[in-house]
Amino acid sequence: MDTENTPVKQEYNITVYTENQIGLLSRIAIIFTRRKINIDSLNTSPSEIESIHRFNIVINETEDVVRKVTRQIEKQVEVLKVYYNTNEDVIWQEMALYKVPTDTIAEKASVERLLRENGARAVVIRKDYTVFETTGHREETDNLTAALQPYGLIEFVRSARIAIIKDSEGFNCKLREFERTEPGQDVVENEYLNSREKVFTM
Amino acid sequence: METAQQEVLTAKEPDTGIELTGSVALLEGLVVEGVDTIFGYPGGAIMPIYDALYDYSDKLKHILVRHEQGGIHAGQGYARSSGKVGVVFATSGPGATNLVTGLADAQLDSTPVVCITGQVFAHLLGTDAFQEIDVINITSPVTKWNYQITDATEIPEVLAKAFHIARSGRPGPVLIDITKNAQLQKFNFKGYTPCRHIRSYRPKPIVRKEYVEQAAELINSAKMPFVLWGQGVILGNAEQEFKAFIEKSGIPSAWTILGAGVIPNDHPLNVGMLGMHGNYGPNVLTNECDVLIAIGMRFDDRVTGRLDKYAKQAKVIHLDIDPAEIDKNVQTTVPVWGDCKETLPLLTSLVETKQHAEWLERFKEFEKKEIDALIREELFPTCEEMTMGEVIQSLNELTNGDAVIVTDVGQHQMVACRYAKLNHTRSNITSGGLGTMGFALPAAIGAKFGALDRQVVAIIGDGGVQMNIQELGTIMQSGVDVKIIILNNQFLGMVRQWQELFNERRYSFVDITSPDFVKVAEGYGIHGKSIAKREYLKDALKMMLEHEGSYLLEVMVKKENNVFPMVPQGCSVSEIRLA
Repeated sequence: MDTENTPVKQEYNITVYTENQIGLLSRIAIIFTRRKINIDSLNTSPSEIESIHRFNIVINETEDVVRKVTRQIEKQVEVLKVYYNTNEDVIWQEMALYKVPTDTIAEKASVERLLRENGARAVVIRKDYTVFETTGHREETDNLTAALQPYGLIEFVRSARIAIIKDSEGFNCKLREFERTEPGQDVVENEYLNSREKVFTM
Repeated sequence: METAQQEVLTAKEPDTGIELTGSVALLEGLVVEGVDTIFGYPGGAIMPIYDALYDYSDKLKHILVRHEQGGIHAGQGYARSSGKVGVVFATSGPGATNLVTGLADAQLDSTPVVCITGQVFAHLLGTDAFQEIDVINITSPVTKWNYQITDATEIPEVLAKAFHIARSGRPGPVLIDITKNAQLQKFNFKGYTPCRHIRSYRPKPIVRKEYVEQAAELINSAKMPFVLWGQGVILGNAEQEFKAFIEKSGIPSAWTILGAGVIPNDHPLNVGMLGMHGNYGPNVLTNECDVLIAIGMRFDDRVTGRLDKYAKQAKVIHLDIDPAEIDKNVQTTVPVWGDCKETLPLLTSLVETKQHAEWLERFKEFEKKEIDALIREELFPTCEEMTMGEVIQSLNELTNGDAVIVTDVGQHQMVACRYAKLNHTRSNITSGGLGTMGFALPAAIGAKFGALDRQVVAIIGDGGVQMNIQELGTIMQSGVDVKIIILNNQFLGMVRQWQELFNERRYSFVDITSPDFVKVAEGYGIHGKSIAKREYLKDALKMMLEHEGSYLLEVMVKKENNVFPMVPQGCSVSEIRLA
């Protein structure tokens, strides 16, 4: 096999700035689905500007495919801007929550040390369980999960990846300009959904 | 009950406009957008809109189709012949799902269509109510944009956005789903303002002058430049700009089937059709040119054949309005982003006046070879049975290239695209990207409404016509004047051709029996005739064209005839076969 010319797959972080619009998540997801690309991580949340959302999508693909996918996403009417970056180009974090029995933590000094070494912070302490959180890369949070397993880890959850691009000036400036000149519109949700028979009958 | 209903129907905003229902507001918007014809089919969930339409019959002509798929294909035909936006109404559930094929077709062929679907009451959404379906998610992959309206106040703004999105930039289909309560709801209507701008939507990329300069430099230094043009030229209304460009630069130019008609077939620089069943010269010489200039075309796989063997020797200049098309299939040397209406004049001003006489002569040599090998026999056959090509040839003589030709999908489509004489733009209406059988009959109806002063001739296979044959009813009721030619080879011809060439003649389920088409037409009050002998062909075509109103002409053609040349699937364009 010609390894020299085989494009290399690697992790790419795709950053998408969009209008806050119902159904857009599905439109963006379709672009990956139709090419049979698995989304490894997806985070969507409001950006620093009201009415504009920021998606962070992680996929493992070749650059050529990522570029094409990016252009397809940017083509969507409600998408303002799309960037793609390798892991070297971004600073990223994931957050993890660990629920462990409080008595184990209290009794076993090594657990306490383990948590401290991993920079875990207690979020909730109850009689029966305690919830810790850490942030970091996948390997780091994975390590702590593995280490806590023997001590009766009750529940574990990890967030999607969020990433900041190292080099770019970001989109903040442009976003603010957009918002100043053209404020976004409110999303119209279905206010009749729970009205039921109060509204109409057939 | 009445009080509760009133609560929702009453406007919340201060009274500065007039009280209208959502349905009336929608129709007001359509009138402002310049809509004159709507293709549609009523049903429970869109009844309020149809009720309002009753009072708008002097402003908005409604054509009752026989199936929603027919409705959207008619909308597409209307859009393609007129250059305006096609408008289609359908009800919820099956009405909406029947639009999907047409939406996909319009999406792939960049046809501006606005579909309005009715939806169940907003409070029933997600409850599997009668005829409720998630039309937004079903249509997302096949629309340029879609939106669900649950409140009448949204209607003016969303409709304006829909028209702007459908027709601007790279055009495409848009769907608006309106819940029944929003259609009935009264609100304070403050007028309809067409949309010109959407914050997150850039229909045209900014033209980068440096790329135009680089492109011109490449063209000026080229010894064997070659232009490929597509529908982008038509969509950008850039036919004149295109003609000026190729005439100044003297570059031989070939077209994709959706680009047909931009310049007449007999223009000296028009060297023919590209692609799987395109002409011999343009296909072979794609792999010999030194600079390939693609204008408003997207390097579809039916045009390129094997990509790894496609124009590898050439430097590629790609002019396109859609940045996502650049480098999608073929790696470009110079991308010229932008509307070709803007970019072509810039390029023309920078290219040198030239004549590539020797290079053009090479195309002519190939043309001669192709004529000798197959075109002569196809157009002026010596065999007893009629060929599809000779029917088109006879039609050309009678219409002189002035008719709008609407084709379905299959062998007849390729034959018609290859041989139909086209003197004018917007004259070739066919389903290119999706290859939708059943397209032509309804699209021809729409095409006629979009160009009432032009002769519209639909050329359809015996398979395709049966996929939407119910639209003969639409012709009957609307009185639209469409000439229908059925080229009947008693086979699903294109599949049969593939089976012959690639599956050792294992004719698996391609033998199709047809009804007596003339009798069927008669049942719909449409005159018709069926002929099987060459001696009747010209008179029959003449009679059809001169007939007042619609006419169906069935021509029995050679059963096992193949469309050549052909680039077999998986082969490069230079491996095109003449037989």
